[in-house]
Amino acid sequence: MATAAARDTADSRAHDVPTGTDDTAGHQRAFDAAVAADERIEPRDWMPDAYRATLVRQIAQHAHSEIIGMQPEANWITRAPSLRRKAILMAKVQDEAGHGLYLYSAAETLGVSREELLDKLHSGRQKYSSIFNYPTLTWADVGAIGWLVDGAAITNQVPLCRCSYGPYARAMVRVCKEESFHQRQGYELLLALSKGTPEQHAMAQDAVDRWWWPSLMMFGPPDDESQHSAQSMAWKIKRHSNDELRQRFVDICVPQAESLGLTLPDADLRWNEERGHHDFGAIDWTEFWDVLKGNGPCNDERLTRRRRAHEEGAWVREAAAAHAARHTNGETGAARA
Amino acid sequence: MGDDALVLSHRLGEWAGHAPVLEEELALANIALDLLGQARVLLSMAGDEDELAFLREERAFRNLQLVEQPGGDFAHTIARQLFFSAYQYLLYGALAGGDGPFAPLAGKAVKETDYHRDHAGQWTLRLGDGTEESHGRMQRAVDALWRYTGEMFQPVEGVDVDWTALEAAWLEWTGQVLRRATLTVPDGPRTGAWAAGAGRQGLHTEPFGRMLAEMQHLHRSHPGAAW
Repeated sequence: MATAAARDTADSRAHDVPTGTDDTAGHQRAFDAAVAADERIEPRDWMPDAYRATLVRQIAQHAHSEIIGMQPEANWITRAPSLRRKAILMAKVQDEAGHGLYLYSAAETLGVSREELLDKLHSGRQKYSSIFNYPTLTWADVGAIGWLVDGAAITNQVPLCRCSYGPYARAMVRVCKEESFHQRQGYELLLALSKGTPEQHAMAQDAVDRWWWPSLMMFGPPDDESQHSAQSMAWKIKRHSNDELRQRFVDICVPQAESLGLTLPDADLRWNEERGHHDFGAIDWTEFWDVLKGNGPCNDERLTRRRRAHEEGAWVREAAAAHAARHTNGETGAARA
Repeated sequence: MGDDALVLSHRLGEWAGHAPVLEEELALANIALDLLGQARVLLSMAGDEDELAFLREERAFRNLQLVEQPGGDFAHTIARQLFFSAYQYLLYGALAGGDGPFAPLAGKAVKETDYHRDHAGQWTLRLGDGTEESHGRMQRAVDALWRYTGEMFQPVEGVDVDWTALEAAWLEWTGQVLRRATLTVPDGPRTGAWAAGAGRQGLHTEPFGRMLAEMQHLHRSHPGAAW
């Protein structure tokens, strides 16, 4: 936990309670007090089972999103139109693999293993962000993903830097730094296209038209339909509601779209003086639930490819394990041959 | 040399999202990025990097045939990387010590290639001295790529190093790694009438044209555009 006093309480709790004693009520009170005082819960602290389960689900889904999220962008690595852009894109996809690694590590502090989580991803028992089920059809999509998808991710994730679970909050600090870099790069890519030839401008506009609504869906269902929201807010895993964050994102994007010289595909989008926010059109929730259920344009391809990479890599992982085992046992390579 | 780095970087970029473990997603992308960085410096010394990368035809590329070989399985990728990184490490080492135009780049790149060489060497050991299956795959990869290794030591115009000494050092280091990995050093030819120096003369293998088609198509579709 964050403070020395809280840590003492936690330690004495952990050490004083004799094994076999069920002091759940006492633990629960101390946990609630720590959360209320904005302290961090750490891996060895007592936590409600449901809190643990929610975090495992959320962090795993977040990690899976990083890994699956490599695919739509990696789709353009071999076709990037300049060496500078190619280097930027490769570095970005590499960062995403790194984010996946931090997040699996954060999840592992809750008592699950990366293998277990990957297995759940591969068997469809855990989800990843629905946004990655959309295809990258042109080079401009790489820019739209950076600007809009990473932008939405940052809007979601910055508050998570203050999430009540310490390892997750700390992972988010690192992830957000790199994500905001990616977001600026995406914006800059779109700007180059928007100010380029008419064909390039059209390519940029088309990409924004296709990615705008899916990006708004990244904030999740509306507040009155979000099943985990209330509990997550009470636990301070979430700090703002889906609709609040979505509104914040729209307000940030509108002026950015203007300076890009691109329009957002929403006829109802306008500034509301009274609210001090932009009003925007209705989201197609049918599409959202459909993609979430596995019926989006690329759901099948994304999972199939991930499973195939894992299956085709099995012999490599087995070799590494066999090699490591043999060399800790002292048997030399020559002895095997 | 710039073409070598450019083409191999591209081939490694094909692995993104396909690697056997997450750590290798990072490592392969990292190596690809290092190589792309080297390529950009080297191509810029010769002209405009994008013009050179995206507007030359297959016959104008001077890269080794080794680096254009498709990734194949992970063992093929590792064997290709082992052979090339060991070569690049020795070549940059020799150039870094000289006072030619490549010395500043080589001084920096030799550190990167030392890491690449170590990465490929470690995997050669794990795969060669791993399971029956990985041993077999690694041996097949080494055997398949062996014939492209002689070309690396054909003297390159304007690059002043002792190519014979380079080749001897390469054979020794590579041989040691293969033997430690319980693999057999192939005894097949390393050069031939067709293979020897062919890539350096713009004579490539068939998969290379297809690779360029993919790499260049977008750039070529928008002549004169800035990205």
